[in-house]
Amino acid sequence: MSARDAILARVRHGLRRPAEAEAAARAAVAARLAAAAPNLIPARGQLDREGRIRLFAELAAAVMAEVERLDRLEDVPAAVSACLRRHDLPQKIALAPEPLLGQARWESQPLLRVRRGGAEPDDAVGVTLAVAGVAETGTLVLASAADRPTLLAFLPETSIVVLPADWIEGSYEQAWMRVRALPGGVPRSVNLVTGPSRTADIAQKLELGAHGPKRLLVLIVEQLPG
Amino acid sequence: MEATPLAFADRASAALDDPVLQTALAGIRTGWVAGRQRAAERLPEFEALRDLGRDIKDHTLACLDLYLEAFEANVTACGGTVHWARDAAEARVLVLELCRAAGARTVTKSKSMISEEIGLNPFLEAHGIVPVETDLGEYILQIAGQPPSHIVGPAIHMTKDAVADLFARHHGGERRETAADLVAEARRILRERYLAADVGITGANFLVAETGSVVTVTNEGNAELTQGLPRTHIVIASLEKLVPTMADAFTLLRLLARSATGQEFSAYTTVLTGPKRPGDRDGPEAFHVVLLDNGRTQMLGSELRAMLRCIRCGACMNHCPVYLAAGGHAYGWVYPGPMGSVLTPQLVGIERAWPLPNASTFCGRCEEVCPVRIPLPGLMRFWREEQFRRRLVPPTARHGLKLWGFLARRPVLYRLVTGIAARLLAKLARGGRLAKLPLAEGWTATRDLPAPQGRTFMSQWRARGGHR
Repeated sequence: MSARDAILARVRHGLRRPAEAEAAARAAVAARLAAAAPNLIPARGQLDREGRIRLFAELAAAVMAEVERLDRLEDVPAAVSACLRRHDLPQKIALAPEPLLGQARWESQPLLRVRRGGAEPDDAVGVTLAVAGVAETGTLVLASAADRPTLLAFLPETSIVVLPADWIEGSYEQAWMRVRALPGGVPRSVNLVTGPSRTADIAQKLELGAHGPKRLLVLIVEQLPG
Repeated sequence: MEATPLAFADRASAALDDPVLQTALAGIRTGWVAGRQRAAERLPEFEALRDLGRDIKDHTLACLDLYLEAFEANVTACGGTVHWARDAAEARVLVLELCRAAGARTVTKSKSMISEEIGLNPFLEAHGIVPVETDLGEYILQIAGQPPSHIVGPAIHMTKDAVADLFARHHGGERRETAADLVAEARRILRERYLAADVGITGANFLVAETGSVVTVTNEGNAELTQGLPRTHIVIASLEKLVPTMADAFTLLRLLARSATGQEFSAYTTVLTGPKRPGDRDGPEAFHVVLLDNGRTQMLGSELRAMLRCIRCGACMNHCPVYLAAGGHAYGWVYPGPMGSVLTPQLVGIERAWPLPNASTFCGRCEEVCPVRIPLPGLMRFWREEQFRRRLVPPTARHGLKLWGFLARRPVLYRLVTGIAARLLAKLARGGRLAKLPLAEGWTATRDLPAPQGRTFMSQWRARGGHR
């Protein structure tokens, strides 16, 4: 008997589900998997648009993300450039080759060098686009795709994420609906990111930038073009 | 690692005399315990979520065969492969074969208690593959050659100075003084390891049947670099990590970080579904999930089934007066604290772990804070009964219990004997205290026993005209 069959047989032996309950159990499992229905969603995850944006910003800031609200996508390059100046970083970014970010008029910042592509080991700053935000804990939802390389938000020491305000949902479950609706369905990697990388493994003292980014800047964009 | 829970009493005594360890353990109270309390208070639905968490796990376990089949089908559908391991030895060989098939020389690993449980690192090393732990705490322990002492903060027992000495010795170069510099040094060194690794091995916090996804939770971002850079990703997880849907995973995720560290949410929760897709610039080409039984199926059919709800948050140990005094190493194996006292006897055998279910004051705090409401004291009692049945309890304790049981079933005799004992002890006492007492030297070695007043509760109750 294969290990697989042996383990499944042991599970069934352990459960001792009566034969007459078998059909009901199969139906219950199939129904639960098909419905994939949310359980309890906390009240704080059920706010109006402005409430969601405010709670997202408040909670992201509480875990030491920098959060800025911008009116338009064209404001992104200036905000990125200002962030790099603020932290004494070179004016150089690795940018997700993503069409919406491509419309942000990067040429408005002539000093900013923009390389479009995936993350290279020596990139200091990665800029990518979230597919959703979650207000209930100030969490970004990043989803892998050919034009949204995952490692842009993990390899560089500074991670900058653009988040359209309309995509901020109240709860994880609602944000997951956006993930499921992506072209191609659920992507390989979905990262729920809540603040920059951290560790307290040395003497229970919180330090940022353990392996992932030391710094996380979230740019909430009020209005998308057209 | 070799299981040595039989040495619990000796290790616990040594731990009590270790001021460095005691300081570290005290930090848990002010840090994680207080943090959990605040996080629970900030979320009015927390108690209702705990009920749901328990129900989700109970339902999944009741239909575990069906959810395992659904999970396997969905992993396969998105291009991954599921492997099944009956025990630790099978799991080790499976992982080794997958590493060899990938031509691996070095593998990076993000923290996995299952890896500790099956003793994966020494096995890989013995077969010429270099495993590199990337969770900072696990990395520290790997180079120190020590086992973890906590399931969430594995190196919680080490001070900054100890880490500074260790890094200076192991990495060479200047000794770093601050935690920030030590973290930066580990970051720099591990960065090269991530980039060089041929295989990344992670554990899983949840396996999702609906989508065939694996959910990992970290604060450091090390799981993402571990699985995102090499060509092959191997997940090792035990059967009870299954949940039906992403919605169920989200319910449990609302409980996990709050219960563990008091965070609203961990920094990185990642949902992985299969290998890289056409056009993806990063991610592994091969995605393997090794499902480990190692005694879980036996627990399904026993009183211990509720233990399989555990989501490994560590709240039970953070709130346990015994763990907070003895530390994790006293428990002598992978899983410390109350959850370990229930799990270890199952996994290594009660005859090799019988002191653990006794390492409890039965105060009930663990059950009070468990996010999935595991009746931990009840399960420890199950093991106590089991060890009594199997005659693993030392003869003095057995005979003492037998004598007490004999008296307790005969109220008149019981009152007579306790009455005599109370009067006798009151006479022996000096200043209301007993400095020494035959058969109770273990107690009186470090403290006095308060002496009885000379009359039992029952006789005082009668004297005051009390009725039943």
